[in-house]
Amino acid sequence: MNTTIDTVENPENEATAQEAQATSGVDYNEITKNGLWSNNPALVQLLGLCPLLAVSGSVVNAIGLGLATLLVLIGSNIVVSLIRNVVGDAVKLPVFVIVIASFTTCTELLMRAYTFELYQILGIFIPLIVTNCAILGRADAFACKNKVLPSAIDGFMMGLGFLLVLVCIGAIREVFGAGTLFADMQLLFGEGARSWQLNVLGDNYPGFLVAILPPGAFLVAGFLIAFKNMIDNYNEKRRLAAQPKNIVKGAKRVRTTGTIS
Amino acid sequence: MAFIRVTSPHAHTANTTQDMMRWVILATLPGLVALTHFFGWGSIINVFISCLTAMACEALILSLRKRPILFYLKDYSALVTGILLGLALPPYAPWWLVVIGSASAIILAKQLYGGLGYNPFNPAMVGYVILLISFPVEMTSWAIPNTLFSDGQTLPSLGAALQSVFLGNSAGIDGYTGATPLDLFKTQQGLLVEQINAAEPLFSLASFAGAGWEWVNVAFLAGGLFLLYKRAFTWHAPVSMLLALSVMTFLFYGGGNSESGGSIMLHLFSGGTMLGAFFIITDPVSSAVSNKGRIIYGAGIGILVYIIRVWGNYPDAIAFAVLLMNFAAPFIDYYTLPRTYGHNKSSRATRGRDS
Repeated sequence: MNTTIDTVENPENEATAQEAQATSGVDYNEITKNGLWSNNPALVQLLGLCPLLAVSGSVVNAIGLGLATLLVLIGSNIVVSLIRNVVGDAVKLPVFVIVIASFTTCTELLMRAYTFELYQILGIFIPLIVTNCAILGRADAFACKNKVLPSAIDGFMMGLGFLLVLVCIGAIREVFGAGTLFADMQLLFGEGARSWQLNVLGDNYPGFLVAILPPGAFLVAGFLIAFKNMIDNYNEKRRLAAQPKNIVKGAKRVRTTGTIS
Repeated sequence: MAFIRVTSPHAHTANTTQDMMRWVILATLPGLVALTHFFGWGSIINVFISCLTAMACEALILSLRKRPILFYLKDYSALVTGILLGLALPPYAPWWLVVIGSASAIILAKQLYGGLGYNPFNPAMVGYVILLISFPVEMTSWAIPNTLFSDGQTLPSLGAALQSVFLGNSAGIDGYTGATPLDLFKTQQGLLVEQINAAEPLFSLASFAGAGWEWVNVAFLAGGLFLLYKRAFTWHAPVSMLLALSVMTFLFYGGGNSESGGSIMLHLFSGGTMLGAFFIITDPVSSAVSNKGRIIYGAGIGILVYIIRVWGNYPDAIAFAVLLMNFAAPFIDYYTLPRTYGHNKSSRATRGRDS
């Protein structure tokens, strides 16, 4: 009986040992790069698409929801990292969800206190941050395996990556849909920000409703993903071109039968 | 004496996309002539702008994608998309409207998916829907047919039409806009069908459906029958669509009471019914593939057209119905795989894990 348990547990122990090694030398550059670019929650993991597509109609909405998500993500990552050694696998997910829900409620109350109008505009999407898979994903994939500081940084970088994409989509949709940029910023930054509004496409722009409606969000998000992949492909090509080619000497033959392994 | 042994089909030459598209273009001519006869130069200008934009966008994207430009332009598929969109748009639409519609049809709905043959949705209808939800005012201001003109009123001259389209100077056009038959029928609440027919000149001056519109639809029907004769497509999808629409209309006619959805003739010969039935839903790329599948596909469109026209928010519904059924086409194909000759029943469209 004991032996079987040992064989089952051994690989896990090894894995945790490897992780412990990895976390002792945490690469903060790698975390930053992952969050902002190579593993961006919105453009690569495609998580949290529901708020991403639903509330990115203008820059102010995007920043509002992006900041709220950022706060929840940092908070939940820190707490999950703190309790990672006392929570068993069986109850892991429910506990994470409760932690995330608590932080979401905090954020919701904060927004209700300080940015009430924006809170009303964003409406159901603030409570729905609980269901944002990007947050649960980070808790499960990173925070529950790493120490507090790396987890907090990871939460911040992932949240920032999400926020930046959200703001990009919001800006593009606002410009095409309404012809403005940074309209209604007073909802978030106080009365002084009312004058930030730029009428990018002139005062008589008739508006292009499809950009404001959900199809526009899908279109813009699709274009951003394609644009990111284009840049990645270009960089990869340059990297390969810069590498010295290693030519394998000897005869080669093309395999024409059997399965290619 | 040696015989040349060739198996069937015994065709002289293979059908090319180019030939097919040329027949389609030719078949739209009666409809374009009818539209011009009743509404003036607007539709010709639409078709012209739309085609130019479609060809330019196609060439631009092909060059970005590093594909042979002339080879693809010469299959005329972009031209057909341009013509169909131009015919569907209201005459005298501002030029930027036509340009946006045509560009989104080619770029978003066709080339982004990989070009001809890869587009899951009908490009012209995607362009139309994008315009309809973005610019509802411009998209619903149709011209009135010249049948309703009072004495001395004539169609706008080419100059006035061009001014309205390109300079937004609609002074020469303003007196010529009005509701379409489907608009009128939808907004007349609480009247019997007979009362509507008697009160509205659009119906009382008509022969069997709505003045002007009926002959436009007859012209598209003629073009469609020509294509059917040339075997550009099979009868399944159009006949099934028109039949489904007629059955729905018959079921919900309600004896012409105030809740009635309108007569069969009104639905068959108004709006874009015939253009849709013979030129849009017969698109071989975005429709279902097998004959049985096309019957289901066409019937679905016919039913959806009626539902959206009568109980929806929009007066006409060809574009929405076609897009919705385009979504369903792969699903229909999955269940309507034809039986191979010599086999008892058809195999499944995609191979499951167990087989």
